Amino acid sequence: MPAVLFYILSLVMLAAALLVVLQTHPVYSVVFAIISFVSLAGLFLILGAEFIAAAQIIVYTGAIMVLFLFVIMLLNLRREDIEERGVSLMKTAGSIGALVLLGLLGGVLAGKISLGPQGPFSQEVIRQAGNTQAVGRALFTDFLFPFEATSVLIFVALVGVVILAKKKL
Amino acid sequence: MSVLWWLVTLLKVGVIFGAVLGIVAYMTLAERKVSGRIQLRFGPNRVGPFGLLQPLADGLKLMFKEDVIPDHVDKVIYVLAPAISTIAAFASYAVIPIGPPTDFFGLLPEPVPLQIADVNIGILYIFALSSMGVYGIVLAGWSSNNKYSLLGGLRSAAQMISYELSLGMSIVGVLMMSHSLSLTRVVEDQSNLWYVFLQPLGFVIFLIAAFAETNRLPFDLPEAEPELVAGYHTEYSSMKFSLFFMSEYAAMFTISAMAVTLYFGGWQGLPGLGSLGIPPVLWFVGKVVFFLFFFLWVRWTLPRFRYDQLMNLGWKVFLPLSLLNILLTGLGLVLLE
Amino acid sequence: MVPLSHYLIVSAALFAIGVAGVLVRRNAIIIFLSIEIMLNAVNLTFVAFSRYLDSLNGQIIVFFVMTVAAAEAAVGLAIIVSVYRNRESVDVDRVNLLKG
Repeated sequence: MPAVLFYILSLVMLAAALLVVLQTHPVYSVVFAIISFVSLAGLFLILGAEFIAAAQIIVYTGAIMVLFLFVIMLLNLRREDIEERGVSLMKTAGSIGALVLLGLLGGVLAGKISLGPQGPFSQEVIRQAGNTQAVGRALFTDFLFPFEATSVLIFVALVGVVILAKKKL
Repeated sequence: MSVLWWLVTLLKVGVIFGAVLGIVAYMTLAERKVSGRIQLRFGPNRVGPFGLLQPLADGLKLMFKEDVIPDHVDKVIYVLAPAISTIAAFASYAVIPIGPPTDFFGLLPEPVPLQIADVNIGILYIFALSSMGVYGIVLAGWSSNNKYSLLGGLRSAAQMISYELSLGMSIVGVLMMSHSLSLTRVVEDQSNLWYVFLQPLGFVIFLIAAFAETNRLPFDLPEAEPELVAGYHTEYSSMKFSLFFMSEYAAMFTISAMAVTLYFGGWQGLPGLGSLGIPPVLWFVGKVVFFLFFFLWVRWTLPRFRYDQLMNLGWKVFLPLSLLNILLTGLGLVLLE
Repeated sequence: MVPLSHYLIVSAALFAIGVAGVLVRRNAIIIFLSIEIMLNAVNLTFVAFSRYLDSLNGQIIVFFVMTVAAAEAAVGLAIIVSVYRNRESVDVDRVNLLKG
């Protein structure tokens, strides 16, 4: 059952991501990106990372994509005009480059991967306390310094955005 | 995953969904009756005894109205937007516990919880859904291709995402005391004392942010008639319009159910005294009905906030207050160790 | 259980789609969206490894990646808004004042 769900969700996610790149209207691109990210949250749930799945929906689709939508509506962007007919050099080069990248990565990753040493958090251990509790404990003990540094980062971003987006300084 | 489990789950889904739809329909009547009484008049009382068949008449009228899709709208997103709002509003009921585990007077081999799914990130699930609900409104405002709808949609979405922060932070106090995100655990933890007595500031912030989240007065500028025609649902008619209204009332019901579950003990009876013989489901329903009445009462009593006052309040007053609440809760927990 | 390599191939495909988006599109906002898709592909790799190696480090790193992505998206969009105010277009081919 999780295997079938994995294939369906990955298919939806990849199709939606492809449509993001191929759409002409920016708002449609954002809607397809939302579909793709929600399927990704489903994949996180299959992998047992419940807190990360909820964070993906709340942060990525619930906040970042709303920000994208707001900017598109603020700038009143319309459907892109297809100025050049035919296939341009840049588009061909870009698509071929992406395909080559896919081939390289896929070839490397589908081959024999030898996993490193196993960590202590097996699924049973996590399920006892709950994924959120385990992540929270690790965040506040081992990863405390990056956590506090991230708060400074967000503060800097906040101040920067307010200043950059003002009409008159 | 046996057949019995599937049957019980489908039955629970059917009952809860049906109950929500029924309550949403009768909320329209309750709104008009309560507003009538507050304004010293009767509400609708012609259709059936005491006007009790009015929602039926309203529903039939809305269904038979012509479903107009104007020419200038973006058709795909125009039709999709009310669906997103409604799905986000209705899917939250999957995790709200309406009663203790019961085995239906011995019909079932083992007790089943009266909750469709006991996910261990229950509260985060409800937040995720309310974040998705913002899209219904902003896409509806944009796709209507009408400057008033766009402004109404953008304002409403900005208001919702601003107050989501205070809502979330005020709940962190509850989480710090219950040590779990699962709603069943939060309810069971309140058998001795409701959290509203331990977290008064958090409860007040939660209640006010709830009004802003559901776009109810005094925070309903984006959909107020004298302001922006009708805001984001100006261009909608018949069934799609009624879907927006249903999703607003369903969101009100969800937030009331959350307030009851997180602060008022859920299906537990009075604090310390237990159920007093009345079935727990009735306690839950009674408390939720009280909160719904409170929503209606406030709507017809208070005037509306201006938009800049509203945003000021959300960012400069409630967010610092909710952070203060977290600080005080943490201090209290540490000092009581 | 689904083998790890399947997750990694899906993640590689998503990453390649993001790269294609960055290279092919001219609209600055769609380029940004493609960058977010690439970041999500990387998140998927981290969480998949975190599950198959029985370690939580992958999920912690995903938490930080999401935070950084949010901050970066906000700053990037603010820059795009400023560029639009000056050049009246979000087409990256038009932002070429430094071109030799």
